Amino acid sequence: MRDAWAETLIDLAGDNPDLLVLDADLGTSTRADRFAVAHPERFLQMGIAEQNMVGVAAGLATLGYVPWLSSFAVFLTHRAADQVRMLVAQTHANVKIGAAYSGLLTGFTGKTHQDVEDLAIMRAMPGMTVIAPGDATECSAAVRWATATSGPVYLRLARDAGPDLFDDSYRFEPGRVIRLREGSEVLIVSTGTQSARSLAAAEILGSQGISAGVVHVPCLKPVDAEAIAAAARGVRLVVTAEEHTILGGLGGLVAEILGEHEPRRLVRIGISDAWGESASNAFLLERHGLSPERVAERVALELARVDGIAGEAG
Amino acid sequence: MPVTPRPDVAAEIDLEAIARRGRQLVIESVAHSGAGHIGGPLSAMDLLVALYFRVLRIRPDETDWPERDRFILSKGHSSIGLYAVMALRGYFPIAELATFDSGDSRLQGHPDMTRLPGLEASTGSLGQGLAVGVGIALGARMRGLGFHTFVMLGDGETQEGMVWESVMVAAKYGLGNLTAIVDCNGLQQYGWPLAPGEGGRGDRRDPLAGTHLRAALEAFGWRVLEIDGHDPEGIVAACDQARDAAGTVRPTAILATTVKGRGLSFTEGRFEWHSRVATADEAAAARQELGAAGETEA
Repeated sequence: MRDAWAETLIDLAGDNPDLLVLDADLGTSTRADRFAVAHPERFLQMGIAEQNMVGVAAGLATLGYVPWLSSFAVFLTHRAADQVRMLVAQTHANVKIGAAYSGLLTGFTGKTHQDVEDLAIMRAMPGMTVIAPGDATECSAAVRWATATSGPVYLRLARDAGPDLFDDSYRFEPGRVIRLREGSEVLIVSTGTQSARSLAAAEILGSQGISAGVVHVPCLKPVDAEAIAAAARGVRLVVTAEEHTILGGLGGLVAEILGEHEPRRLVRIGISDAWGESASNAFLLERHGLSPERVAERVALELARVDGIAGEAG
Repeated sequence: MPVTPRPDVAAEIDLEAIARRGRQLVIESVAHSGAGHIGGPLSAMDLLVALYFRVLRIRPDETDWPERDRFILSKGHSSIGLYAVMALRGYFPIAELATFDSGDSRLQGHPDMTRLPGLEASTGSLGQGLAVGVGIALGARMRGLGFHTFVMLGDGETQEGMVWESVMVAAKYGLGNLTAIVDCNGLQQYGWPLAPGEGGRGDRRDPLAGTHLRAALEAFGWRVLEIDGHDPEGIVAACDQARDAAGTVRPTAILATTVKGRGLSFTEGRFEWHSRVATADEAAAARQELGAAGETEA
């Protein structure tokens, strides 16, 4: 996904002289170094100083530039939260936040670097568009859309390559939710690279005779709430799955939507009010119940519980 | 008093008289709204007046003029001082100052660039304005625009770590077209008490006591000018000198020594006037001290 981010920016910069990349000394990790080679005059090294970088981007945006920030998500949404809030979100600055190494799977860096609160923080900021692409193709499309659209955008990027969900015909539309799989009994709502794992979980459930649908939410803000509510109608259980805390991210979003539009039982799968640790991806996905097997297991369990309650009530 | 002086009459403008009027508007506006800051706007008033009436190349009736100089008030809590000067300079009617701090007003408690044309940044959370100035100065150079960017900080504000990120990056990029003006008024909101026998420029310890701001900035590669922040001609001269350095690779810092609450006998050097509202009696006293002088100029 980070490769797609960098390659798309390199491509776009050919036609867009205003596109800039500002890096807080992590370009070799975020892949901004490739942009620096391709367009050296439009790559601005800002040093290990994320707060200033956000301010510089806001200043550049007033002159018509389209600055993309390159750093780890945690340093943009936490260390520079105040700067993003006042200088970017509150002024509706045309700054694009390329938040690399988001979520749990950050290459053995541990809880200091695992940003599992970013969606909750960014979603709470008025005017901020919040995107968590599911694969490299969607990431590339989101980068194109964000570059061409005025206003602040937060783009959640995954470190490691994952399965492809979409082909080249994909076009990003803000707010759109995407049906990945039909299913009549349970609906799994998912975002970011977790969506591929959620889809795999639905396949496992299918092999067990449970019909599970999957809806992918690449854009948490704005979002088509009605589409999520509609997808939830008719199923016996709604589950959210995200590589993020269950507080305030996708789980929070869906809880809000269902609470207002379609009250029903909801189970939120994600990091359950805990911190991560440095470990292999497989370990982390298992520990936090995010691997396809663990998601399938939990869904089957919760569905049985819902049916049990319904049986007792009946 | 002319509110929109033309450049050819600039030299005849009585900056001190305008500053007295500005101070009066600060006291009145804060008293009217029932909230706001006094000490900082008054310490910065002579700097703001010199900037807006002599230094800055601006067009109050064309706030999006691409070649305009940029000014950012990083110490955003001194907003009413900036608004008073902008009103006197003709950006908006002086009567609009009565809306300061009220709902739907363009004159928010802290400067909001999305509401008031002429503001180059939104500020309020301290330490952030210089970074925006760095971005503007860098962008100006990349765009080939010759304007100068001025950012005003408070001395207490330099306690924010982010300021030093910006100081470093401005020097790395050799932004000679960037000038930071530090309103060194010697007091912050609460700060530290003076030790027995210790002298200060106010009734609390100087925010920079024990810190050599000049040496620190010079060590980062900045050129530093030190001036009396209440001497209009000295301010103009220093700003002109800073602008003349635009072709060099060193950003300039102007350390302006000021007095917090300057201009009123009962606010000068008193930390509690950081964000106090004048009582009716105090407002009357302020009118007495400033008003009479102001009226003789009219």
